[in-house]
Amino acid sequence: MLSIKNLQARVEDKAILKGISLEVKPGEVHAIMGPNGSGKSTLSHVLAGRSGYEVTGGSVTYQGKDLLDMKPEERAREGVFLAFQYPVEIPGVSNIYLLKAALNAIRKHRGDSEVDAMDFLPMVKARIKSLNLDEQFLYRGVNEGFSGGEKKRNEILQMAILEPSLCILDETDSGLDIDALKIVADGVNALRSPDRSFIMVTHYQRLLDYIKPDVVHVLAQGRIVKSGGPELAHELEEKGYGWIDQGATA
Amino acid sequence: MSATSETLENIIHKEYKPGFVTDLESDTFPPGLNEDVIRAISGKKNEPEFMLQWRLDAYRHWLTMTEPTWAYVNYESVNYQSISYYSAPKVKEGPKNLNEVDPKLLETYKKLGIPLYEQERLAGVAVDAVFDSVSVATTFKDKLASAGVIFCSMSEAIKEHPELVRQYLGTVVPTSDNFFAALNSAVFSDGSFVYIPKGVRCPMELSTYFRINAANTGQFERTLIIAEEGSHVSYLEGCTAPMRDENQLHAAVVELVALDHAEIKYSTVQNWYPGDEEGRGGIYNFVTKRGDCRGRQSKISWTQVETGSAITWKYPSCILRGEESVGEFYSVAVTNHCQQADTGTKMIHIGKNTRSTIISKGISAGRAQNTYRGQVKILKSAENARNYTQCDSLLIGDRCGAHTFPYIEVKQPSAQLEHEATTSKISEDQLFFCQQRGLSAEDAVSMIVNGFCKQVFKELPMEFAVEAQALLGISLEGSVG
Ligand SMILES: Nc1ncnc2c1ncn2[C@@H]1O[C@H](COP(=O)(O)OP(=O)(O)OP(=O)(O)O)[C@@H](O)[C@H]1O
Ligand SMILES: [Mg+2]
Repeated sequence: MLSIKNLQARVEDKAILKGISLEVKPGEVHAIMGPNGSGKSTLSHVLAGRSGYEVTGGSVTYQGKDLLDMKPEERAREGVFLAFQYPVEIPGVSNIYLLKAALNAIRKHRGDSEVDAMDFLPMVKARIKSLNLDEQFLYRGVNEGFSGGEKKRNEILQMAILEPSLCILDETDSGLDIDALKIVADGVNALRSPDRSFIMVTHYQRLLDYIKPDVVHVLAQGRIVKSGGPELAHELEEKGYGWIDQGATA
Repeated sequence: MSATSETLENIIHKEYKPGFVTDLESDTFPPGLNEDVIRAISGKKNEPEFMLQWRLDAYRHWLTMTEPTWAYVNYESVNYQSISYYSAPKVKEGPKNLNEVDPKLLETYKKLGIPLYEQERLAGVAVDAVFDSVSVATTFKDKLASAGVIFCSMSEAIKEHPELVRQYLGTVVPTSDNFFAALNSAVFSDGSFVYIPKGVRCPMELSTYFRINAANTGQFERTLIIAEEGSHVSYLEGCTAPMRDENQLHAAVVELVALDHAEIKYSTVQNWYPGDEEGRGGIYNFVTKRGDCRGRQSKISWTQVETGSAITWKYPSCILRGEESVGEFYSVAVTNHCQQADTGTKMIHIGKNTRSTIISKGISAGRAQNTYRGQVKILKSAENARNYTQCDSLLIGDRCGAHTFPYIEVKQPSAQLEHEATTSKISEDQLFFCQQRGLSAEDAVSMIVNGFCKQVFKELPMEFAVEAQALLGISLEGSVG
């Protein structure tokens, strides 16, 4: 699915990612933990193709293609989805309009026909219900005036509609109350499938209680310094990051 | 960040589609302006004596006036002696129907996407097309005539309905109103005339297309719409011009009169040539548009989508004279590259319980400057007058500017006014978010801009709304890449 080799990237002359390697197989869930400022969001953004980052070394192969060579929208159409840590507001553009435009852009890329409003609405309504969001959200501006937790749920709604192959969730659990966390986790679990992979950035073991990861990585100072099974997350929850030799490479 | 600003910059680059020149034989006056030119214009049109006098009075007044400089626009002042004040496609006699119209001209309209036949058949829109200075074809006359509606060129109205012209022309925008209005009054060569009789709901939307074709010509149309008691009319106006390196002047005057319970809806999609990326060429669009809500409970609604012109100087206004009359102004003004727009409205409340609404959306990209200038005036007599103003600016990239000048003058303490203003920018975060969901940068900008303009677009008649959205996409193409 995804193969990251020795990826290095910088922002405005500051090296942030200093050689990251990661293999994600179809159907796997990888959790990425690590201290604030260690480069987790940077990694997510570089994978999604955000401008402003300069890749200075390494490679990323996604489904056999050179991911770094693609425009952000091409990556999205090829099935890379990023749930943002801080979802942005787009006033005046209704949620449902964005959803439909996005879905059709992706379908067109795949050579499928566009969905019309008749088929689209029931499909969205079913999803929105399962995320415990009010239907009204569909007609409001994208994230306009949404609460923090509502924005995060809205990201998952988009993910559920767009059905990506690689889902990158950047702290989707942050800012969620306990019930919302459960709802979001259920939403993610419902999407788990043998040919869909997840990279979940999180600070909390709690999310991993709901969504069982296959591998847990610790990112520190732009490197993956430790990888392990789900028990690693428990260990981190208990002991923090101090005990890990941050100079080491896992 | 720079990478996205570049992207944004690139969306702005786009060819001007209607920028072709039609090769027609035309009858064009040599450049220059004096009383003889005005006599010649009036003579060409076989106008009655009162019209010539009216023009000459306007001209003499114009000579005493100076070009206004208060607008937030910058341009080399116009040499009024280097412009030709009359240009008409050569025909032996005025065309009786479309079959008599020069096929080349019809071809031009086709290129512009407004085939007259098509419009006749499909849209049921009656079109009065003004090419350079003369109205070339008015369709759908019969159907309108049976409803008692008069829809014809101004020249024809002057000949056929002199009493109506005499009664109303210049009563909303007096000849001495402002520099450009005075010039227009002196030299206007054609335009549209609409008269809706008492109690009649105009059976179709009326539409005019203006096009400037000949080089070095000014276009000075004069439009007059009169809605008698209890009548209703929706009028659409579209404009284009070929690409030329020199600037061309367009100084139109539009007057609307709404009597008791009458309603006039006036929609404009203006796409005059805006000049090239460096600001060479383009139309100077200096227009005076004013509606007079003369009757009780009358209503005048202006909706404009302005994407073209090098310079726009335009303030469609309402005089709310009749009690409980209503004035509305919905505007989208898009400026890109080196375009400058200074546009807005005036709402003059005179009658009791008058209401006005102003929704203005300004979008700037490239190095463009976009100014909203609005005046709300509540006179002593206007008890319980209300105004709501909302004025939003959207910036694309960081080299453009948005400016807002609201003037409020209240002489009646019972007045209620609300004013909201915002300025926002299409952020990289928004763009990246949309791209991450699979949309191209261009589609993302277009979607965000359309969202921003929604309130105004929903005021446009259906077919115009579609055209406006397409235009918006075109005029912003190249602002992201
Ligand atoms: N545009 C930028 N300019 C300068 N520094 C930046 C920029 N973007 C990110 N950084 C720096 O890169 C480092 C990594 O940031 P990043 O957002 O990837 O961290 P993170 O691991 O996601 O942290 P958190 O857990 O707080 O979300 C930080 O030190 C941050 O300040
Ligand atoms: Mg982060």
